[in-house]
Amino acid sequence: MSRRTVADYVWPLAVFAALALVPQLHISIPKLFDQSISSPGTLQLLAACVLFGALALTYDIQFGYTGLLSFGHALYIAIGVYLSNIAITDWHWNFWVAILFTMGVAFVLATVLGSVSLRVGGIAFAMVTLAFAQAGAVLALKNPHHWTHGEEGLGADYTKLPHAFVGILNTKNLYWLALAFLAAVFFVVRWTAESSPGRVWQAIRENEMRVEVLGMRPHLYKLQAFVLSSTLAAAGGIVYMLLYNGSTLGVTQPNFTLTLLLMVVIGGAGSRWGAVLGGILYTYLNNRLVAVGSSSTVEGLPHVLRTPLSQPLFLLGTIFILIVFFLPGGIAGIAAHGRPSGLRRLEEAIRSDHTLTAPPEEA
Amino acid sequence: MSTWLLLTITGLGLGAMYFLIASGLSLIYGLMGVLNFAHGAFITVGGYAAWWTEVNLFDGIHSVWLRFLLAALLGLVIGGVFAALVELVLIRPLYNRHIEQVLVTVGLSIAFVALVQGIWGPDAKAFAVPGWLHATTTIAGAHIPNDRWIEIATAALVLVLLQLFLRRTRYGLIIRAGVENRAMVTALGIDVRKAFTLVFAIGGVAAAIAGVLGGVYFNVVGPDQGTSLLIFAFIVVVIGGLGSIAGSAVAAMVVGLTQQYVNFYASAGVGDMIVVLLLGVVLLASPRGLVGAFTS
Repeated sequence: MSRRTVADYVWPLAVFAALALVPQLHISIPKLFDQSISSPGTLQLLAACVLFGALALTYDIQFGYTGLLSFGHALYIAIGVYLSNIAITDWHWNFWVAILFTMGVAFVLATVLGSVSLRVGGIAFAMVTLAFAQAGAVLALKNPHHWTHGEEGLGADYTKLPHAFVGILNTKNLYWLALAFLAAVFFVVRWTAESSPGRVWQAIRENEMRVEVLGMRPHLYKLQAFVLSSTLAAAGGIVYMLLYNGSTLGVTQPNFTLTLLLMVVIGGAGSRWGAVLGGILYTYLNNRLVAVGSSSTVEGLPHVLRTPLSQPLFLLGTIFILIVFFLPGGIAGIAAHGRPSGLRRLEEAIRSDHTLTAPPEEA
Repeated sequence: MSTWLLLTITGLGLGAMYFLIASGLSLIYGLMGVLNFAHGAFITVGGYAAWWTEVNLFDGIHSVWLRFLLAALLGLVIGGVFAALVELVLIRPLYNRHIEQVLVTVGLSIAFVALVQGIWGPDAKAFAVPGWLHATTTIAGAHIPNDRWIEIATAALVLVLLQLFLRRTRYGLIIRAGVENRAMVTALGIDVRKAFTLVFAIGGVAAAIAGVLGGVYFNVVGPDQGTSLLIFAFIVVVIGGLGSIAGSAVAAMVVGLTQQYVNFYASAGVGDMIVVLLLGVVLLASPRGLVGAFTS
């Protein structure tokens, strides 16, 4: 086996296999988790971490690999979360039919909205995707035909779900589902990134005009990346719906996309392990820092220190800013020496953005 | 007829707030290429600074009007200073790295909302304003809340002042030239970086005004009020054409009015979606927004 194959397939498979054994560990790690690893509470947290690792990776297909800064990724996750649930709970469809239908809708919608938003580049693209996602958020809040139940959220009709995913004792199955999804996304990204369209995506990220000069049409390739990333996100949304037993408005909010952006940048944009690690770490910290904030050590601190420390998002936002300043390659960038990685590499994508809205010339 | 008039004035009032936010965003983007997500934080700073000073600093003053005006004024100043500091500390070191600048403003917007929630709690604060603002004036049978007039008048005043500043002063000239071609301005030996801090301060003041007026409009100031206003301001900026103040003014009125009319005559929420649809249509027809449609 070549070193390449080992690095790209053998190591990931080994890591995922090791992670699959986690629910069998009946040990407890005092500081890191409140309960034993195999307890449903801890497994639920771990499943969320793994799922967000995968969702961050789907976002990285556009952002890190193709250089598309979208603020509307939440829309496609929300489609997975809501549409599958609406089909099952409100329309009483069969679970598998509902899933197929959801994936089909996500694919078509990503193609249509993607081709419209990709007419503009750079920052304008970011704003347009944000606007479409906002339309989705408004729609979910508005509760048409009482399908989404607005602010209450829509609990899933558990009698329609596969039995293996229902009930607190089956949390380990949900963990395995999330892990399987992560592995699937990981290998899809590995495979597409090395395929010839995938190479064009990365070329577009580096220098879009040059790709055009070579006689290729960047628009089609960008659309490919956008549709792949969005469709995978919708699949992740379905896993999310199963994991949280329903749908709530949080996933439709623009901030949800920003969270994914934070994860990818913290982990390292344009790196498979980076995005996954970013997603896992962020989710874990976001959950655990709440506990730290209310711990006795922090309670004893003066007010000026206590207030910021009790806000996980304040800490994560600050960490994020520091990483942008001092570690643009994210956590994965620590490993890569010499070569510009992560954000520094992405800069090129925006600079060569000659398409429309003409940002001011660089001095 | 009276309903229509009320909707129109309210729509214009809403559009006025969008304009106040969008004008700063548009100038900042036009000059620096930065999509400023922290603009929501500037709105929040303005609103909270006015609320806090009104409650804690000026509570000895008997006249409600004076108290409100002083608090609002201090809100603007603090908003402007805050925005200038953000530019100096966070944006300037990342000069010419547009993506990283956007990311830093994203991080700031998230951390800031969390910090405000940590200090003052997640609940919105009641904002005391002179009673006159919530009384109504009857015009042609329509009972119109008085704060709408203040919002429209303020936005109009800001529009006029901004245009005067951009057309009649030396710094305005540099900013306009910088929007056209920053490299050329730099080549002529002018330090554009001062103009960067200046547009941030101006944008911060305008956003802080929107924050104070938002407090008047909604009766409360809340930690995430800024973010929700910001999204429609983004839409306004894109529809109006990035970098154009006049384009933003027109687009703000179109968006505000459309939202009010459609949300009322069709059903709540539909107006918000029509606005997004409008954005799609404008971009398909003219990717540079309204300004692009009329200049090319």
